[in-house]
Amino acid sequence: MSARSKLPAQGPKPPFWRDPAKRALAFQLVLVAAVAAFLLTIIGNTQDNLAARGITTGFGFLTNTSGFGIVQSLIDYSSQSTYGRTFVVGLLNTLLVSGLGVLAATIIGFTVGIARLSPNWLIARLANGYIEIFRNIPLLLQIFFWYFAVLRAMPSARESLSLGEVIFLNVRGLYLPQPMFESGFGLIPLALAIAIVASIALLIWNKRRHEATGQRLPAGWIALALIVGLPLGVLVVTGVPVTWDIPELGGFNFRGGITVIPEFLALWLALSIYTASFIAEIVRSGIQAISHGQTEAAQALSLPQGLVLRLVVVPQALRVIIPPLTSQYLNLIKNSSLATAIGYPDLVSVFAGTTLNQTGQAIEVIAMTMAVYLTISLLVSMFMNWFNARVALVER
Amino acid sequence: MIHNHKTIEARPAPSSTIGPIAWLRTNLFSGPINTLFTLLALYLLYLLLVPAIQWALINADWIGTSREDCSREGACWVFVNARIGQFIYGLYPRDELWRVNVIFAVFAILVAWLAIPRLPLKRWVAAVTLIVFPIFVYFLLYGGYFGLRVVETHRWGGLMLTLVLAVVGMVAALPIGTLLALGRRSHMPIVKSFSVVFIEFWRGVPLITVLFMASVMLPLFMPTGVSVDRLVRALIGITLFQSAYMAEVVRGGLQAIPRGQEEAAAALGMGYWKRMGLIVLPQALKMMIPGIVNTFISLFKDTTLVMIIGLFDLLGIVQAALSDSRWLGFALEGYVFAGLMFWIFCFSMSRYSQYLERKLHTGHKR
Repeated sequence: MSARSKLPAQGPKPPFWRDPAKRALAFQLVLVAAVAAFLLTIIGNTQDNLAARGITTGFGFLTNTSGFGIVQSLIDYSSQSTYGRTFVVGLLNTLLVSGLGVLAATIIGFTVGIARLSPNWLIARLANGYIEIFRNIPLLLQIFFWYFAVLRAMPSARESLSLGEVIFLNVRGLYLPQPMFESGFGLIPLALAIAIVASIALLIWNKRRHEATGQRLPAGWIALALIVGLPLGVLVVTGVPVTWDIPELGGFNFRGGITVIPEFLALWLALSIYTASFIAEIVRSGIQAISHGQTEAAQALSLPQGLVLRLVVVPQALRVIIPPLTSQYLNLIKNSSLATAIGYPDLVSVFAGTTLNQTGQAIEVIAMTMAVYLTISLLVSMFMNWFNARVALVER
Repeated sequence: MIHNHKTIEARPAPSSTIGPIAWLRTNLFSGPINTLFTLLALYLLYLLLVPAIQWALINADWIGTSREDCSREGACWVFVNARIGQFIYGLYPRDELWRVNVIFAVFAILVAWLAIPRLPLKRWVAAVTLIVFPIFVYFLLYGGYFGLRVVETHRWGGLMLTLVLAVVGMVAALPIGTLLALGRRSHMPIVKSFSVVFIEFWRGVPLITVLFMASVMLPLFMPTGVSVDRLVRALIGITLFQSAYMAEVVRGGLQAIPRGQEEAAAALGMGYWKRMGLIVLPQALKMMIPGIVNTFISLFKDTTLVMIIGLFDLLGIVQAALSDSRWLGFALEGYVFAGLMFWIFCFSMSRYSQYLERKLHTGHKR
């Protein structure tokens, strides 16, 4: 079996610079040296520059008092709070607008994407018009449009637009009624939790029974009735322990209720509408990617139309839709940083903007901001890899 | 018995299957739900289009020099008319505008040559566009040579600056992105991990933080006393960001080429760079063109972010014009104009990329 090794050496050994392995090693060493030299130069220059400007490095500034207020914050914050708290407030505001943006963009995007495939010619054209208009105009321009041309042009508080004297819209923002929970309200989330757990158990039991015996209950409807009915029942039994705090005009402004600042509204609208146009295209192409033969084969098995969609078309379409969909979600989160252009207090605006300008700690601040976005992207791409591995086609 | 052998003419198809009425029936009014949708859509269109047309066309004021010429019932296009020079050329000196116009004309000819399939010598024209043209643009726009006056970059602006940012970012990102994509597919562990880290880092952060970094941190990285022009800083940021996205497009193209191509080239005794440069990349390039056009569209839209670090691109200069005290209150007109300009560019590019995709995808169609 060692016939190969017994062959005489064919000619002289090639010189070492022709050996691919050695060449690869040398090339990589050169690359490492070049990157190291580049980094060392940059670090040296930066240290010189920082020394010349009298800036001390380090994260000590995070415990200093910030001295500026933030117009919207989800946790307690005042100008006496620290820069560290500023960071948290900014991060929460970013997550708030991104989360609500993802929700709205998904709803609009799926609706428009399905409407794009409607047999109704007019509906399909309208959906197409929506997609082509909004995805070909820069997001920043759309944010400016909603903020400066629409919301800043609203009437003053005295002449607010109102919806049933409950919801008000004026130049200072949107005023919504706020639910005030009284004692005993805690039972309702509890009831909801019990209903969800019971529904999941029911669905699992029903599936097992269906596989074993072929019999099944309309479990979906029962679960829906449980989830809606149980909390409602508790609500009625406990005597509706909720009152609504309705905003009222007092002096020059509204008091009470929830105030949604116009910066948030503009950013949220623009992000949702812009991203929805991309999601709609993804949904359309995902559904169209499923070969028509699949539907026909399912119909040939005499599956009813609902099951054709649920068992054949949608699971395959989701495989195509979800990876680009998550990358659109990621884009939306990253694009929420455009908040800084209209002054919505997101992470980039209050931290990489105001805090950086006040402290001059450019490196630390930019590094922390980038780290946040990198972490979010990493988490999302980890989810995507997990999902792809789970739904990947298992072929022969 | 007499047989009548006269052929009977076929009757025309019933009007319920052909013609406009049948079309309306199948496409708009095929059932109660569909009819309801159609009527709702018509009502929506009526609500949107009628006021929009009245505002933008019928009640609009077109001719004049100041805001007094506008009646305030419709759009005041006088504002856009008065500012159109700034919107397109920024603050470029008025008597040097021919330089910008020459560049616009050359650029239009080059792009048209590349886009029209019948014209020959595509490869050479592409090389000129990517290599010679940027150098030509630099000398002509900035000046300082051949007796041309120097025009500092802070006077550049408007549509011209938007195009400069997008085209330079693209041209610079193409070779860097190609190298990164080759590195990501390489078998050398250090090269591969370096490429992966570089690509994922720039793709993971928003462009705005990249621009902040370029404008705030880049001066710190330079030796003391060296200052970098603000436009160059923005261009460095955009190039780094764009090359990461370009690398992924190139990687997609490379993955579409069967391994056999590279193995066959290796069997002929070709080295790595010859295999890539002569066999794999030319074939992959054809597949990449739609992807390249798509990233160019998003770059074109993203250039608007440079206004946040103080450059006046098309959107930036419109925004600046809106705060002019003589022209307050014309935000809608300004945004509609800027939006229309961006839309025309992006829409035509996306149509072109769809056309290319159809042309390249022969077969495998349902």
